[in-house]
Amino acid sequence: MRLEPIAAPSPARRIVPPLLALLATFTVATLLALIAGGNPFSVFGLIVKGAFGSKFALLETLNSATPLIFTGLAIAVAFRAKLWNIGAEAQLYAGAVLTVVLGTGALGLPAYLMLPLCAIAAMFAGATLLLGPALLKTRLGVDEVVTTLLFNFIFLLFVSYLLEGPLKDPMGMGWPKSARLLPEARLPRLVEGLRIHWGFGLALVAALLVWVINTRTTLGYEMRAVGQNAEAARFAGIPVTRVILKTALLSGGLAGLAGFSEVSGLKGALTSDLSPGFGYTGIVVAMLALLHPLGVVLAALFVAAIFVGADSMSRAAGVPSYIADIMLASALLFMVLAILLTKFRVRRD
Amino acid sequence: MDLFDILLSASFWAAAIRIASPLIFATIGELICERAGVLNLGIEGIMVAGAFAGWIAVWAGLPLWGGVAVAMLTGMMLGLVHSIFSVPFGLSQHVVGIGLTLLATSLTFYTYRVVLPEVSSPPKITAFQPYEIPLLSDLPLVGPALFSQTPLTYAAFVLAALTALVLYRTPLGLAVRAAGENPSAVAAQGLSVTAIRMGAVTVGSGFMAVGGAFLTLSAFDSFFFDMVNGRGWICIALVVFGAWKPGKAVLGAILFAAFDALQIRLQQTGIGAVIPYQVFLMMPYFLSILALVVMSRRAEIPNALMVPFNKGER
Repeated sequence: MRLEPIAAPSPARRIVPPLLALLATFTVATLLALIAGGNPFSVFGLIVKGAFGSKFALLETLNSATPLIFTGLAIAVAFRAKLWNIGAEAQLYAGAVLTVVLGTGALGLPAYLMLPLCAIAAMFAGATLLLGPALLKTRLGVDEVVTTLLFNFIFLLFVSYLLEGPLKDPMGMGWPKSARLLPEARLPRLVEGLRIHWGFGLALVAALLVWVINTRTTLGYEMRAVGQNAEAARFAGIPVTRVILKTALLSGGLAGLAGFSEVSGLKGALTSDLSPGFGYTGIVVAMLALLHPLGVVLAALFVAAIFVGADSMSRAAGVPSYIADIMLASALLFMVLAILLTKFRVRRD
Repeated sequence: MDLFDILLSASFWAAAIRIASPLIFATIGELICERAGVLNLGIEGIMVAGAFAGWIAVWAGLPLWGGVAVAMLTGMMLGLVHSIFSVPFGLSQHVVGIGLTLLATSLTFYTYRVVLPEVSSPPKITAFQPYEIPLLSDLPLVGPALFSQTPLTYAAFVLAALTALVLYRTPLGLAVRAAGENPSAVAAQGLSVTAIRMGAVTVGSGFMAVGGAFLTLSAFDSFFFDMVNGRGWICIALVVFGAWKPGKAVLGAILFAAFDALQIRLQQTGIGAVIPYQVFLMMPYFLSILALVVMSRRAEIPNALMVPFNKGER
């Protein structure tokens, strides 16, 4: 077989393959639900009910979407410039660590100074962590996928050390857990009395800002040019290395904000299970959003709904909640194929 | 215990060879994929799936070698999925690989929960036992280190030797290497680059899965969710460290495993009381990054690695 580019794809060409990808994903999930002895219709019904069925469920979905918007943006920004940042997990924890360091008593500041300072520090931490692999890539040509992946393991061990050592809560009854943040370092609730915090608002603002950067600034243009063809970009006079490093700072910073938002908005303290893989799920979110920053918000809501829904479905129907992870992984694979098929025709030799 | 005592003890080297075995399987598997021009980042997930598939097959009543075969077939199926996406469709090998790792891992955990819904701790099987090779195992130091291992460890070394033989001494190996260096030349010979690459990824993935199965069938006797724990990513680094050559990759795996065995032993010495244990656990990952940095200057990367081949396109 051979792939042939389509000069001007028809609207059907652009819409049908992604729809088929979603259909294929749900077919896989249906088969798996049947294997586990569940009724697929009730399984999907329970997932939807678990994600949107009550006010509590809906807020839970929004809360779960918040870190995914940040990590999804981090990945989307990086992947658009073909910087393969798989280390958002570690960058998230780096942001959380610095938030905890500053927010548990190192500084005595009012909230309107403390919160921005923690957020900036978290961005700085995440950005610094990605700068290493980015420099190894630009200076020595070391593949950043492997280095960022390996850094995830290293940094999680570092967090484990901090939580058993310097950052351990002396009042924590021996649990590996940090002290709680001061009230001044806590993000307030969006609506008083509801379990939804300003991290969600911040995530929406971040998505909007990334969209503005992508479409309205030179950096946005340069990042895309480098991603499409680094050689051509260099020939056109774009400082490719500097653009890659700037992309790394932006991407790492966004992932660091996810850590800030989780600690300051939701949990109030750092534990080593702060993130159940938000950094990796961010890859799925970014790909489902076709790397579009506003699409990331929608994709994060979709992904969060599946996770939250599957969790409550699992309790009710006895189908393991890992079905959510399978759906997302297959959605990722089917979607990259579908995107290709919107632009290319498959010809037989 | 002092450093020299550790380095001169047979039990240390026996442990190093044991730790190296799954890495050898998976590194050779990854090497085969990359020599044909495909980076397979599905390795981590394929190892998880292989570890589970081999173990559950033995638990269900198959003999140990049957478990190895089941793991191999599971890996080959996952490899085939990877190759369909990455070769004829030429999709981003980074995205497909990460996607496959997520898929294989979650499918494994799902199957585990479906097959064993009620258990709090996984059941144990009777794992491979050490087999002392007559005469050779009586040699001092080398005997207990190299020749008193389980059959699966011997298989790892045999596999590495066979892979080197096939890659460098057979037409098939030449075709595989050429597919990774100069696919147009392969196509000009009337051979199918697509078929060669898909075959290499499928077979290589089978070996990765056996590497995973080593953990459940030989190193331990049960399956745990986080048992692969980044070994796949380490193997990617080992392929680079070994300059895409089977012999050097095996040496790299042993060297690496020796460091791993050393850090476990150092934790129990005076140094271990001063330095937090997490620092020791970080060593393998730091070492992998270091290996990548040191080797980055060598220009021995297969020329067409990560370059999709679309016939008729130049």
